[in-house]
Amino acid sequence: MSTPTASHQAPVHGGAIRDALLLAWRNYVHHLRVPSLVVLPLMTPMIFLLLFRYILGGSIVIPGVSYVDYLVPGIVVQSITFGATQTGVGLASDVNQGITDRFRALPISRSAVVAGRTLVDTARNTVLIAVVLAIGLVIGFRPDTDPARLTLAVALAAGFAYAFSWISALIGITMRHAEAVHDAGFIWIIPLTFASSALVTVDSMPAGVRWLADVNPVTNVTDAVRALLLGQPAGDAVLWAVAWIVGLLAVFVPLTVRAYQRR
Amino acid sequence: MATILDTRDNAPPDQDVDRSAIVVDQVTKRYGRHTALERVSLDVKRGSVLALLGPNGAGKTTLVRVLTTLLQPDRGRASVAGHDVVAEAAAVRRSIGLVGQHAAVDEYLTGRENLMLVARLLRMDRTESGAAAEAALESFGLTEVGDVPVSAYSGGLRRRLDVAVTLLAEPTVLFLDEPTTGLDPASRRDVWALVEGLAAHGTTILLTTQYLEEADRLADTVAVIDHGRMVATGTPAELKARLGGDTVHVRLADPAGLAEAVATLGAMSLVTVVDQGQDGVMVRGPDGAALLPEILRRLDANGVAVTAAEVRRPGLDEVFLSVTSEQAAVPADGEQTDQVPAGDRSRHRRGGHRHRRRNHS
Repeated sequence: MSTPTASHQAPVHGGAIRDALLLAWRNYVHHLRVPSLVVLPLMTPMIFLLLFRYILGGSIVIPGVSYVDYLVPGIVVQSITFGATQTGVGLASDVNQGITDRFRALPISRSAVVAGRTLVDTARNTVLIAVVLAIGLVIGFRPDTDPARLTLAVALAAGFAYAFSWISALIGITMRHAEAVHDAGFIWIIPLTFASSALVTVDSMPAGVRWLADVNPVTNVTDAVRALLLGQPAGDAVLWAVAWIVGLLAVFVPLTVRAYQRR
Repeated sequence: MATILDTRDNAPPDQDVDRSAIVVDQVTKRYGRHTALERVSLDVKRGSVLALLGPNGAGKTTLVRVLTTLLQPDRGRASVAGHDVVAEAAAVRRSIGLVGQHAAVDEYLTGRENLMLVARLLRMDRTESGAAAEAALESFGLTEVGDVPVSAYSGGLRRRLDVAVTLLAEPTVLFLDEPTTGLDPASRRDVWALVEGLAAHGTTILLTTQYLEEADRLADTVAVIDHGRMVATGTPAELKARLGGDTVHVRLADPAGLAEAVATLGAMSLVTVVDQGQDGVMVRGPDGAALLPEILRRLDANGVAVTAAEVRRPGLDEVFLSVTSEQAAVPADGEQTDQVPAGDRSRHRRGGHRHRRRNHS
């Protein structure tokens, strides 16, 4: 039995980004080989988009804007929060397959497995944003924006997706069972996206829910993306959205890496 | 049947770090109220093979997870390749390889991609990784399926790939957690040959198993674990010898010679007469095959004619069943005196290496 004799003295420090990119490659290949990983996350937003455009949308009146213009930016943010739940499901199934133990017993960066996965999930979510916008155009969405504002809108949405991927990762690592993680995703994502400005205005909600919707980061990010796409003043909303993204990452990245090390 | 208890778990381990690849000192691990490991101590010499033998839920996997830095002990210390598993976990990870119970390979990647990924994570460059993957596929007979996704592999192929990936790091200490569970006999023999090959090249190996045959065949030392406690440690031969060794059954040509035969054999220092009757004498001794010529010579010298002699060697199963069933029969803080109680061991905590023999019917 012979083993390769390459020189591979692992340096003690550094290499965290390299490790994360190598593990991101692994998750990227999964998306190439398992089409359902790409197709299924596209289905939910499509259904919501068509549902609200053609079935419920007729009876929703948003003052000063056509409902499809109001809806599409909301669906953009809603779909990426849904999409982010896949991070936790994927990590939990890694744990069940035992491959997490392989990576944890290797002399690699402690954050690499989660960082690699959140990166690829965010890339997939960015594609999702483009698809939702494109379908939106087909069903009557008429944005008023420019390349800079469009780029900023997509960047905010992707940044928010990235932050949510880390939250989802924490749930996946602590809950461990892929099915349970999947179900848990709906428990926190459904209230979060519905009690927000994604689908209807916050003003239309009863006081208690309205308070919740006002402090909901989904509302902040949706307002920013919507303002950027519809040519409305966006300064405050953008700052809030950035603050949320940075804040969530500052809290959940360390928590998640620690949970990963411990489990 | 004889029962044995080894209180090695209470002895301070030999701290000769230079010669020990794995030192476990009084490690305790609890999950809530369940105690997975209770003051486990162990010492595995560099280059040796230790089989950790125990039934399901005995604590084998927990110990492997502690030693491979996947789990932190609640109490006690452990070092692998000279590094503390908690304080110097990163250094431990650079010295070890782990083959877990479930093949830790990526389903959607091909065999080659799995190897490449880990080779790259081990800081090999692209060319080195390619060469390492190729060599590993070759030496594990996976060349033909190297570019097929692992989801199409059989259990045996997966296990082979799993081991191949683990060995990319050229670990000096290798942990194999039930490496043959669920494998067909041919794949099991492959794993055995691999362990023997690696051991011959000086790799220290700790393997867990439920199979006595496997421990007997592969291990220099066998540690029996049950309910989170080490219940016996020794070479396979020592463990068998603790049952009282081999039995030699001598058939006499004439039953009238029985008294003379018993007297003759009873005078031998290494031998105990355990049974006598119409068809002859049964004696027990440490090494039946070595004792047999001496037994026959003495009987002959004293004029006892023998028609047949049979040496029977106890299997590791008997050791295993005796130490584990005895544990199961003892309540955690039992005060029973007709068996070897768990509480009894604490009284001998400073007693170091100690075994007890006790006959019960």
